[in-house]
Amino acid sequence: MGDLVLTTAKLDAIRAQLENNLIAAGIHSVLLVDSAGNIIASCGEHMQGIDIISLAALTAANFAATSQIARIIGEEDFSLLFHKGKKDSIHFAKIGQDYILISIFNDNVSLGVVRLKVTEASQHLRELLN
Amino acid sequence: MALIDLSKKEVHCKVVYYGPGRCGKTTNLIYIYNAMSDAAKGKMLTIETKGDRTLFFDLLPLNLGKIGGFDIRIQLYTVPGQTIYASTRKLVLKGVDGVVFVADSLKVRKTKNIESLQDLAVNLKEHGKSLDEIPMVIQYNKRDLVSSPIPTLSIEEMKRDLNPHNKWPDFEASAVKGVGVFETLREISKLTVKYVAKKHLLIK
Repeated sequence: MGDLVLTTAKLDAIRAQLENNLIAAGIHSVLLVDSAGNIIASCGEHMQGIDIISLAALTAANFAATSQIARIIGEEDFSLLFHKGKKDSIHFAKIGQDYILISIFNDNVSLGVVRLKVTEASQHLRELLN
Repeated sequence: MALIDLSKKEVHCKVVYYGPGRCGKTTNLIYIYNAMSDAAKGKMLTIETKGDRTLFFDLLPLNLGKIGGFDIRIQLYTVPGQTIYASTRKLVLKGVDGVVFVADSLKVRKTKNIESLQDLAVNLKEHGKSLDEIPMVIQYNKRDLVSSPIPTLSIEEMKRDLNPHNKWPDFEASAVKGVGVFETLREISKLTVKYVAKKHLLIK
C-alpha cells in the first residue's frame, strides 16, 4: 500500500462523485477511507455529529476481521458489508484493494438503491484513486 | 501510509505502539490522553473487552500543530501484545509511518521483549516495510520497579537485547507515572513527520 497524496483537484472530483451519486440519491452521510483507517473525504449534513476518526479506524479493522471470516469459508475477501440498525443502517463497499466507501442511510432509501448507487460511484472513484 | 491532503494542508501519520503483552502500550496512550489539552486531542477509542488486555487496538488521534504550513495530525495506535493475536497486530501495522517499541523491564519478560521485536520485523516485512526504513523509538518501560523487590532488567541488558548497535533512540520510562512518555512521543513524532515529509519532498 503506497502513500496517497491528495491534490485539491482530485479531492474536488472525489467529493463531486460522492455528492452527485450518493448524497443526491438520499444517503445522508458518506465517508471515503483507506484500509489503514485514514479519512480521504466525507460528505453529508449528518457528518458533524459523527466521530468520523473512530468510524474510519473501526471500518478498516472491521474489513480486516471479516476478511478472515471470508478465508474460513474459502473466499478471499468480502467486497461489501451491511449492518442494519433500527433507524440508520450502514453499508461498506470495498473500492479496489485499498479504499472503502461508507454510506449511512435511513428508511427513506432502500438498500437496493444504495447498492446500485454505490456500485456506480465505485467505478468512478476507482479511476480517480488510481 | 501517510495521507497528505493538499487542499486542507494536512498531513496524517500513523504511529503504532508495539511490544509484548502487558508492557504498558495502552498505559502510554491513556497518560497522553489525560495530559493533553482538549484542543490537541481527539476522542480516544478503545474497544471494550473483558479484562485489561487490548484485544483489538486502541486509537488516539492528536493534533501536533503546524510544520511548514501543514497541520500535522498523528494517530496513535496500540496492538494487542499477546502472542496469539498475531493477525490483529499485522492488520494494525498496515500503513504504519512510525513505531514505538515498548519493552518491559521485568526480568521474566526478557525473552518476550526479544520475541516481540522479531515479530515486529516479520510483520513489517509482510507489509513490504522494514525496521531499517520505518522510524522507530524504543521505550524501556516500568523503570519505577527497579527500586522495588521485583527482579528487573538493567538498562545495559535491555540495550544489549533490543538495541545493541544504538540504531534507535531509546528512553527510560514509567508510563503509569508519566515519566518518559512525552519524551518518547516527541521523538517519534519528530522522526515520523520528517520521514513522511522527506519522502514527499515537502521539506528538503
